Amino acid sequence: MTQAQIPLDDTTLLSGQEHHPIHKPWKWYDYFTYNIDHKVIGIQYLVTSFVFYLIGGLMAVAMRMELATPDPDFVDPSLYNALLTNHGTIMIFLWIVPAAIGGFGNYLIPLMIGARDMAFPNLNAIAFWLNPPAGLLLLGSFFFGGAQAGWTSYPPLSEITAPVAQSMWIGAIVLVGTSSILGALNFIVTILMMRVPSLSWDRLPLFCWAILATSALALVSTPVLAAGLILLLFDINFGTSFFKPDEGGNIIIYQHLFWFYSHPAVYLMILPIFGVMSEIIPVHARKPIFGYKAIAYSSLAICLVGLFVWVHHMFTSGTPPWMRLFFTISTLIVAVPTGVKIFSWVATLWGGKIRFTSAMLFAVGLLGMFVLGGLSGITLGVAPFDIHVHDTYYIVAHFHYVLFGGSVFGLYAAIYHWFPKMTGRMMNEKLGQVHFVMTFIGANLTFLPMHSLGMHGMPRRVAMYDPQFTALNKLCTFGAFMLAASLIPFLINAIWSWSRGPKASANPWNALTLEWTTASPPIVENWEVLPVVTTGPYEYGMSEEEAAAVEG
Amino acid sequence: MTDATAPTGAAIAPQVTTEVQANDHAHPDLRVWGLLTFLVSESLMFGGFFAAYLMVRGAASQWPPEGTEVELLLPAINTVILVSSSFVIHLGDVAIKKNDIGGLRKWYAVTALMGAVFLVGQAYEYATLGYGLSSNIFANCFYLMTGFHGLHVFIGLLLILGVLWRSRRAGHYSDHKHTGVEMAEIYWHFVDIIWIVLFALLYILTQFS
Repeated sequence: MTQAQIPLDDTTLLSGQEHHPIHKPWKWYDYFTYNIDHKVIGIQYLVTSFVFYLIGGLMAVAMRMELATPDPDFVDPSLYNALLTNHGTIMIFLWIVPAAIGGFGNYLIPLMIGARDMAFPNLNAIAFWLNPPAGLLLLGSFFFGGAQAGWTSYPPLSEITAPVAQSMWIGAIVLVGTSSILGALNFIVTILMMRVPSLSWDRLPLFCWAILATSALALVSTPVLAAGLILLLFDINFGTSFFKPDEGGNIIIYQHLFWFYSHPAVYLMILPIFGVMSEIIPVHARKPIFGYKAIAYSSLAICLVGLFVWVHHMFTSGTPPWMRLFFTISTLIVAVPTGVKIFSWVATLWGGKIRFTSAMLFAVGLLGMFVLGGLSGITLGVAPFDIHVHDTYYIVAHFHYVLFGGSVFGLYAAIYHWFPKMTGRMMNEKLGQVHFVMTFIGANLTFLPMHSLGMHGMPRRVAMYDPQFTALNKLCTFGAFMLAASLIPFLINAIWSWSRGPKASANPWNALTLEWTTASPPIVENWEVLPVVTTGPYEYGMSEEEAAAVEG
Repeated sequence: MTDATAPTGAAIAPQVTTEVQANDHAHPDLRVWGLLTFLVSESLMFGGFFAAYLMVRGAASQWPPEGTEVELLLPAINTVILVSSSFVIHLGDVAIKKNDIGGLRKWYAVTALMGAVFLVGQAYEYATLGYGLSSNIFANCFYLMTGFHGLHVFIGLLLILGVLWRSRRAGHYSDHKHTGVEMAEIYWHFVDIIWIVLFALLYILTQFS
């Protein structure tokens, strides 16, 4: 068992030489101020990003109401364009990335590695406080018509529509990008340098491996997007012509710079969630994780190969055949380490004593949804098929299965799993089950019909469509309402449980990772005495001899 | 580095594992690692600009476009100044490792002066060139890349001046406590390396078209 114990040979900890005052617990208003405690910052990230999730969700509902009928009757088409642009932007840059990396990463990494805080606490706080202004910039851009060129903001469209709003959009992305880079370097240094000495690499929780891979990816890809966006900003505002073909520029350069970041960005959104899965599944299946090393190294493999697949977003951009071939192959290769993880989780579930807690329900739901999204991703990786469905609803279906069915399901699972640790209160399981059922059915009703719509040629990003698509679109809209309604039990559950849910013990799930060795919620600076790791993080249901055998 | 990170209590305590202590209440000083990680990211941003420039250049029939004269003499002098400043700043680092505050201040002041001369030279070049930011695609790239680099030189200059300012306080830097000095130096080397690539791309590559 991993437990907080005082190493007997280390007398300095008992000698009182380190007269470290125990800090008073934070008050509610501390969460609204500049605070350098990683746990406060984690919760700040989570709550802020959840607010943006609700805003982005309202935009999605407005779009689905527009698409309930073929005619553009609910919102003005240019407002529709602004909604689709900002829905995508907010969900990616202000919900999934900050919630998964900023929120859970910040909250859990120091706790999981036995550190008292991140390597650079001030930098951490600065990184968080870059996010709210970015969100305000995006929302404020609606007063100037809103950016309307899609979250990809390809020129020439982005250079000729709503220049002020588009510039604000660029400003917002550069802010969250900077936040992401600062966060990434903080995670890398923290995980590499600040593990408690008894935590060896082969006992590092898989979530930490995932965040390490994510951070490496964010560190090298985000600045390239920043470069592309700076060029775009100069084109819009300062008379340059980087992306103006008639004056010697080249629009394809933008697409390369954009996708060099934005394909890795999908891994930024899913790798931390893979880490979450590797934590939740063994705890609630009461079994050791299957293939610890395979899962850890596959995160690094995804990180590396993921940097060389970006052109599969550009198969229709006049890409030469050799490039199509190269990037088709690399895209199919990057699916392999993902498959390794999926099979490892299924093998972990196999024969386990599964507890269907809300966290586990969402984790298992994620498996089903993500496999579907992953399979449609493989079809899209193949250039000939991709050309057929490019810019249709098939694409929308695909990335909502991976981003909603994957990332958002994972975030819900993580919230249910770590809520007791963060708040010291248990969530209500019944409401959690209602939430899961509504989310699962709603997501499939919304996104499954889109595969068919896309294969039959319904283009994405248009406010009106051919009447032959009406029936399936009505189904999607109905599903979207259900998804919106699924938030009601969740919000009631979260708010009610946070204030008056039953008190949680330090380790309500009987988990073995280090965050469960301290109080719920953890004290400031995490432990009075740092824990000592004596076993691996996933040795559930094993006798000590068995555990020793696994450890080798 | 190790000296700087060890908590002061370690000197008097008998053979305690300093690692445990560093990981315990005293917060370890990992700033140099943080800076190096950050510079990886920064270089990728410049990498994005370089890639864009090379793609534009590769597609152009004539480079630089007709009527664009790329001046070489002044930038070459500037390059010599900036590259040699990297050696000068290192003398300051060597000095502080010998606990020689005077040496640190002298060499850092010389580096700051060289950096300032570089920036003035750059500004003079901007003022006398026959083209502006929006003249043509080469000018776009030229001003954006040198301007962006100039901004980094300016930040590096501020860091050096910051070191000089702090060095006034007795005992602020010493042979075993000079992380700030090292960080300014590392950043300055980075700015220098980026310039060498930029110089090759913008000034040398344009001589053969």
